[in-house]
Order: sequence, then C-alpha cells, then structure tokens
Amino acid sequence: MDTKRLENIANKKMTRRDALKLAGVGGIGLLVGAGSMGALVQPKPSATKVATSSDSDSVNGIIPFYGKHQSGIITPMQDFICMGAFDVTATALAEVRKLFQSWTAAAARLTEGKNVDDESDNPHLPPVDTGESIGLAPMRMTITFGLGASFFDERFGLASKRPAPLVDLPHFNSDDLRKEWTGGDIVVQVCANDPQVAFHALRNLARIARGKAVLRWVQDGFQRTSAADPTGSTPRNLMGFKDGSNNPKVSEPAAADEIVWAQSTDDPAWMAGGSYMVMRRIRMRIEIWDRSSLDDQESTFGRHRQSGAPLGKSGEFDDLELNRKDSKGNPVIPTTSHVALANMEGKVKILRRGYSYSSGMDIKTGQLDAGLLFVCFNRDPRKQFIPMQQKLAAADQLNEYITHVGSGLFACLPGASEGGYIGETLF
Amino acid sequence: MSKKWVYPLSAVVLGSSLMLSACGSADTGKTEKKPETATPEQPATNNQATPAATTPAVAPELQASIDQYQKWVIEQTDQLVKSTEGFTNAVKSGDMETAKKLYAPARAYYERIEPIAESLGDFDPWIDAREGDVPDNEWRGYHKLEKALWETKSVADQGKVADQLLQDVKQLRVKVESVDIDVKMLVTGAVELLNEVSTSKVTGEEERYSRTDMYDFAANVEGANEIFKVLKSTVEAKDAALATEIEDRFKALDQELAPYRKGDGFVLYNEIKEDQVKKLSQALDALAEPLSKMGTILGG
Repeated sequence: MDTKRLENIANKKMTRRDALKLAGVGGIGLLVGAGSMGALVQPKPSATKVATSSDSDSVNGIIPFYGKHQSGIITPMQDFICMGAFDVTATALAEVRKLFQSWTAAAARLTEGKNVDDESDNPHLPPVDTGESIGLAPMRMTITFGLGASFFDERFGLASKRPAPLVDLPHFNSDDLRKEWTGGDIVVQVCANDPQVAFHALRNLARIARGKAVLRWVQDGFQRTSAADPTGSTPRNLMGFKDGSNNPKVSEPAAADEIVWAQSTDDPAWMAGGSYMVMRRIRMRIEIWDRSSLDDQESTFGRHRQSGAPLGKSGEFDDLELNRKDSKGNPVIPTTSHVALANMEGKVKILRRGYSYSSGMDIKTGQLDAGLLFVCFNRDPRKQFIPMQQKLAAADQLNEYITHVGSGLFACLPGASEGGYIGETLF
Repeated sequence: MSKKWVYPLSAVVLGSSLMLSACGSADTGKTEKKPETATPEQPATNNQATPAATTPAVAPELQASIDQYQKWVIEQTDQLVKSTEGFTNAVKSGDMETAKKLYAPARAYYERIEPIAESLGDFDPWIDAREGDVPDNEWRGYHKLEKALWETKSVADQGKVADQLLQDVKQLRVKVESVDIDVKMLVTGAVELLNEVSTSKVTGEEERYSRTDMYDFAANVEGANEIFKVLKSTVEAKDAALATEIEDRFKALDQELAPYRKGDGFVLYNEIKEDQVKKLSQALDALAEPLSKMGTILGG
C-alpha cells in the first residue's frame, strides 16, 4: 500500500465516501482480500460538496444515461440495486429492436427523475407511468442493459455474433444453482440511492416489455446508506466483515480500459465500449456463521473483524504480506483463507459491484434467506472472473458458509448517444 | 357512462340548441323539450336522473357494438339457465357423476359475462361466492355445490341450494334483458375479466375442490375477447397498431392454452406444472396490458 493512499484514508475526508463506494461492498466470493490487487480508488475532490444540488456528484443528482459507455458500471456504487433478468418472448428481431429503443428512451427519462413518458389526458386510460416516483429526485439512478448467451441462440439469427468471452460459465465446485435464479436472455441492472426510485424503474421497464419479454428473476440488494455512515468507511457484508476496499482504480481510464471495457481490438468489435457482467446470487448460511467462533471467522477471511486489517496487522489497508509465518512456521494468513486465495498474486483483477440481499426467510427451514448479490464487471471473464472463481470454489474456507444459488454472465452493451439506442451496434 | 361525462354534456345540451341539432340523435327531441319549461336548476336534476340524457354521446357505431354485445350476453345467459338446470337436476336426483361432469361447462357461461352480472346487484355473491367470501349462513351457489360434490361427497341435503341457484340464474336472465351497458363498462369489463384470471384462476384458487380452474380461465378470456370483437373496428379507427397488438396477444394466449385442452374441456389445474402456470400468467399479462389501453376510444 502506498503512503499517499494511507494519507487519504487516514484523513477521512468527505471524499472517502465516493472512493469507497466505488470500491464497493464487493463480494465474498472473490472479494475481501486481494490486497495487492491495485490501489484504492482515487478520491474525487468534487465529491466534497453538500448533496443538495442535482448534479451527478450529489446523492440525489443525475448520472447521465447517454455516453460512450453505459452508466452503472464504473459509476461509484449507489446504495440500492434492483436487478432483473428477462426472457424474450418476441419472435422477430424487429420487435427486440423496438423493445430496446423503447427501453432506451424510457431509461434516459427515468434517470433524469422524469416519468417514464408524458401522461395522457384521457382519464379512461391507465396512467402512463406507475406513479410511485412522482416528486422524487433522480437519486443517481443508473440503468444498465446486458445480453445473456441464450440471446444468441437460433431465434434472432445472431448466433454468429455471440461474443467469444460470453461463454457458458463452467460448473464451479460447491455450486448449487437454481434454475429460477440463473440465466436470462437480458439483464437490467438498476442502481439508485433510493429503493423506491430503483424499483419504479425496473417495474416500468418490465411493463414496457410486456408481450415482448417476461421476467425470469428479480433480486433487490442494499448496502448501508451514506446517512448511516457519513464517513464512508468500507462497507461490511452480512458476515460482519469489511468487504471490498481493494477494487481497481477504474476512475483512471487506463485501468478501466485494461480491466473493465471491451476494446475495439477485442473480438467482437460491436462490443467495444461494453463490458461483461457476472451475477452470482450467493446465499450465506447465516445461522451457521453466527455460531462459529471469532477465531474461525477471522481465519476464514484472513482478516480481523473489527479493524478489517490482515491477520497479525493493525491497519485495514496494510499490505497482506502473505508470506509471513508464525512461530511454528505456519502462514499467519492461512493459504485457504479468502484473502489469500482471492489475491491471485495480484495479477487478476475484476471490478466488483455487489450488494447484500435479504429475501425474507427460507420457508422450508425457517432460516434467513440472505447473502450477497455479487456483481462484477470484467473485460474478458475467461481471463478474469472464471480463473478467480475456480480457485476460490476449489479451496476457500468461506465455502463452508456460502452457497452459490444463482448465476449469470451478460454482455453489457456499449453506451448509446442521444438519438441512438442501446444495442444498436448489434441489431 | 361516467358522471364526469354526463355533467358537461348536459350543460352543453342545456346551453345550446345549436349543439343539440348537431348531435343528431333520435333522443334529442325529448331532451330538447325539457329545458324550455324548466327553471335553470331543475333541468340538471332531471338530466342526471334520466339515462336518456347520456344517449347522444354514443356514436351510432358504438351503439351498434353495445347492442351486439348485449345480444351476446343474453344468449350466454340463456345457455347458462339451460346448463344450470341440467346441473341442478343432476344434483337433486343425487347423480353425482353427472353433476360433476356438468359443473365446469355449466359455469363457463357465467364466467364469460361475469362483469355484467356483477353490475346487476348481488348475483355474483349468490352464484359465484367461494367459501369464506360471504358469511357461512349466506353462502350459496355453484361453489357450495362444488364442495358438496368433491369434498363432502354428498348432495343429499343440497336440494334447496340447487333450487336457489337455478332461481338466481333465471332472475339474472330476466335482468340482463334491461341492463344498461355503456362503452366504459365494456372497456373496463374486458380488463376485469382478465384480472379475474390473474387473481384467482391462474393461481388455482377458484375451484378449490373440483380443480376445474382452466374452464373458468378460458371462459373469462373468451368473455374479454367478445368485448374486443364488438369494439374492434372502433379501436382500429383510433389506434390501428393497438388493435393489431391486442388481436395478436389473444392469439398468443390461445396458443398457450392449447396444450391444456382435453376433449371438449380442459385438464385439471393440479396437472399443470409451476413453470407452465408462470407462462400462462405472463401471457395473460402480455394481453391485459394493451387491452387496458382500449379506453383510448373513450376520448382524450
């Protein structure tokens, strides 16, 4: 860890909030450790202003929808997520195109805090917009669209255009994937600093899709809000551990290009400016975790719970130094701990953007259905997410307490400019 | 027709004889006379109470649609009386096998015209209440006999319930003759029929004991389709794409239903798998969304 970063953190400036939000709560699967994965995100000086205006740096402001890239990818994390996957029921590509054109127009309006479309003055019609966000601020909402591998089957004649990185994810050890939480032709990720604003967007997009696409799964997620933690310290996951302080510094274009964005030199060219999103619905065995000792918990993660510091160290952002040995010659940080494995020798990086979820109770067991809605973005999952997850799935001590029950890999389309639409480079 | 419509129109009728002649309806002569002798306050009251006052608002082709629909409703109710009589006779004679066979097809005529029956008073609770929908001592109708046939498996003491049911549908038949249907009722009725499917048929909550929910499902959809058919040309004139969309979605839903048809009827609800139910429900939502926009023909 470099000194400058330490200083930034120690100063606990207001800028920490955005910096850490960008770092994200991250994911338990891949996430907490990776000390050498890269420097912390650079704080943005502009983030120090009080959040009352409607600019993109305030907690309630507007994040522009149109642009070279879709927003909601390297955008600093919002407080809430509402993510849904759709299956296309339309049979003609022209209908799919029309759906994406309608979605693009709607998403651009919604992210500005407007109704989904102008209201009709005919009282005999259902309202055009569902109404629950009337009077609410934009709340930094982003809407991000992606395509699953199944979109490229024989239905729309796009099989030859399926991107090579959009592979079928291999089976990972300890996967227990449920059909109802896996896959989908299209994914829509809505993030906002207000759960009602986020839900409103997904709901209205689903309404627009009626007759063309149906929902396959929906998952909400959250992290602590800025009101609960004005200092913006590293968020904790539902296991109580600080999670995600080592995301790559994607505010630097070179880092984002290397780690996140598909390049025009990559195959296929139509994905240039897009990115590949992995979704994993990771159920935590909360009850089992809660009755394991603090020692077990800390050696599972490889960090101290209270401070977030690597085992044997005192600062959250201290270097892991995985080669440290105790008096008996054993590694201080166990080699099968989460941080040790997720480190990947500092060579493999992904951008994590996960949220905690709580979906009530498992009616079979009476236990909490809660965990992590892991979301990450990478330029090529074959070189990034997949090798990382294979390593973790094989040996991570954390596997005793988690189960991957849902999964999806999606090609998040390049951004669109005003007048264009998301997906125009493909269809 | 909504009161919102009636008031402004009445005001126009009263205030301008030019407008009256422009309306060109056969009824204008009648309404025209009243203002001449009335004080300024009285005509409004009179018009409010007289359905005839709203008549000029209905374009001739819409009136034809309404007439066509009402004729169909009467035919359905004729069939309902006949089919119910067959069913109640079987119940009264203790022929449980026949009664069970006749139950679902007999009810279908009612399910097709449900919104009309609901607009006519208490027919819906009398004929179609499920256990728990009404106080136990007031429970009567089809579902009470359903329970006797499939659950308690005895109709020995159901003679009175059967008689009452037949009497209720006969009374409904009399009432539909004079029911005052307007376009708004048609538009909302079509959506209501699909909402019925959404809330109780597709979930298998309508036919707790007989599991014949799919008969009701199809009948509700047929009822909505009939309304669309009579309004189709008007919808087309206003929004051709919407008419095509609705028609396509009716076809798509019919295709979704096809695998569950069996002989003249349908498979039982418990033979349908969860993911099949989801597909049916989503096809229904895909139809109901554009159908709910039929209100576009009501102005705006």
